[in-house]
Amino acid sequence: MKPKVAFFDFTGCEGCQLDALHLDAGEVIDLLNAVDIVNFREVMTERSDDYDIAFIEGSITRESEITRLKKIRDQAKIVVAFGACACIGGVNCLKNHLPMEEALKIVYGEDARYYDTIPARPADAVVKVDYCVRGCPPVTSELLKVIKALLLGKKPDIPNHPVCVECKMAGNVCVFERGMTCLGPVTRAGCDAVCINSGRHCWGCRGLVDDPNVDSEKEVLQKYGLTVEQVVEKFKIFNTYAEVAK
Amino acid sequence: MTDININVHQVTRVEGHGNIVVSAKDGKIEELRWEVPESPRFFEAMLRGRHYDDVPFIASRICGICSIAHTTASIKATEAAFGFQPSEQTLLLRKLLYNAETLESHVLHALFLAAPDFLGVGSVFPLVETHKDVVVMALRLKMLAYNLAEALAGRKTHPISCKVGGFAKLPELSELEALRGRLENALVDLDTTVELFKTLSPSIPDFTRETEYIALTDPKEYAFISGQIGSTDAGVAPLDKYLDVTNEFCVPHSTAKYTKNKRDSYMVGALSRFNNNHEQLLPRAKKAAQELGLSAPSHNPFMITVAQVVESVHAAEDSINIIDKILARGLEEEDNQVKVRAGRGIGAVEAPRGILFHDYTYDDKGILTKANCIIPTNQNHNSIQKDMDALVPLILSRPQDEIRLTLEMLVRAYDPCISCSAHFLTVSFK
Repeated sequence: MKPKVAFFDFTGCEGCQLDALHLDAGEVIDLLNAVDIVNFREVMTERSDDYDIAFIEGSITRESEITRLKKIRDQAKIVVAFGACACIGGVNCLKNHLPMEEALKIVYGEDARYYDTIPARPADAVVKVDYCVRGCPPVTSELLKVIKALLLGKKPDIPNHPVCVECKMAGNVCVFERGMTCLGPVTRAGCDAVCINSGRHCWGCRGLVDDPNVDSEKEVLQKYGLTVEQVVEKFKIFNTYAEVAK
Repeated sequence: MTDININVHQVTRVEGHGNIVVSAKDGKIEELRWEVPESPRFFEAMLRGRHYDDVPFIASRICGICSIAHTTASIKATEAAFGFQPSEQTLLLRKLLYNAETLESHVLHALFLAAPDFLGVGSVFPLVETHKDVVVMALRLKMLAYNLAEALAGRKTHPISCKVGGFAKLPELSELEALRGRLENALVDLDTTVELFKTLSPSIPDFTRETEYIALTDPKEYAFISGQIGSTDAGVAPLDKYLDVTNEFCVPHSTAKYTKNKRDSYMVGALSRFNNNHEQLLPRAKKAAQELGLSAPSHNPFMITVAQVVESVHAAEDSINIIDKILARGLEEEDNQVKVRAGRGIGAVEAPRGILFHDYTYDDKGILTKANCIIPTNQNHNSIQKDMDALVPLILSRPQDEIRLTLEMLVRAYDPCISCSAHFLTVSFK
């Protein structure tokens, strides 16, 4: 029996689901030979409530989503948070800086009373999450790697070293040397430092490494004449939910 | 006449969440609603207080499928606020990047999301067995679009290198040359796509409802990232009049806002662009339109998908032309520093699903103080509702499943992007 895989979207941009389809034909065929995709609303009409592995996309931003996620947890053997919103809260949590009534009023004005919203949170703030496929968006090859590991009954190997390691291997000039702030020293690797390779800095979308060396980041900032406030502002974009941002 | 009771909770194969509700008793329609229950996202609130360099990066997250459209609109609004004029090189690269998204999004919609309806299946997955060549071709086109975006901006979903002022990193000319070759091959694949849609066209419902069609329009080219607001009813209006055109309002049961202009609704997207600007399509795209029996003005919303196929051809042709221009002139590192000033700017682009506005106000430190975003799908919600109002009485005598499928196909034709608009579709026939 092939394992049954389901994708569920909560509050987000659905870019993770889209990139899950960023495969070549061989990969699609291999994947469909290995698993039964039974629930994937963005691309298929059929839906089943019988599944083994559930991928959760998006953050939790409504009371009704809490109930729905708990139901999924009850059904699935393995729950994987998929993408920054589900893993660490992501950009949706930026609204948490404002009182909910104010956020509603800014967007919907006098009609704000129609809408239900709660402070945004990652999936593991609501249920136990077994694994995370991180990033905004996640790297498709990492998704495949995780699916492969789960099929083999192994624990997926998720990096726990900072982006700096991959960035150095890519041969980039350090972003701090170019006079910009960067979250590479504290952010979990696995993206091959794609943002720095593309001429920018690390935005921290994969969340913190397990034991971030915050003191070292502060030292680096001092060395380059940058302030903690500057880096915290950048950090908040994806990591508002993390304790460190508070 | 039998009673009808349809309740499609979360229409599938669309981006985001929407419901269709229809109930009829003794041939009399009691309820007929397009509902948009997507979780509200609050981007306008979230962008407040952010530095201009972070604003397009955050705005990109409004939508994963059209992240390049949101990023571009956001960059344009910011540059307009600062009075910054990007270089010719930047504009060429931006348009090329933009074409990558248009191509990818249209191919995804036409071949993966809409085509299964015409082929009588629930998703693209069974087609891997029955129509393997088509699926392989669609994946090849998608991969090309991704690779083009990767060469220009690091990746397609949430692009990296494109920023306020210009590009943080330039592509290698050799990469562009290789992509040019693949784009030539893509034109052949797109010919096959046109042939495929010719065979599917008898299944396209014959339904028309004339409405107002709104799209960017530019005397210089078939507009995607330039021009002013064109309307088939009202002519051309400058971007700063966008609020007079869109007239947003809230409705109960929808987290997305609705819009109307000259009539009770208007349409945006590929068919609106085609109706406004078809004369400016590139030659191969024009020929594709002829072959597919699409002529302007078309008032059949089900033809939106066909217009997307035509625009896919245009995007590939235009990309080849741009690469030729770049190869002829070369690329050079530019000083793209912007000078910050307090002010307001409006950025408008044609996202795959239609005209998109970002309107920002910045203070003199380059911190955003106010944002307003008007999303294509929001502008179409009202049109979807009015189409349903016109369509359902015509098909009410048909079996309930057929009515349901036709309405789902209608919604899918609009290719709604509900995450953008808030989240999108449910049909309930109660």
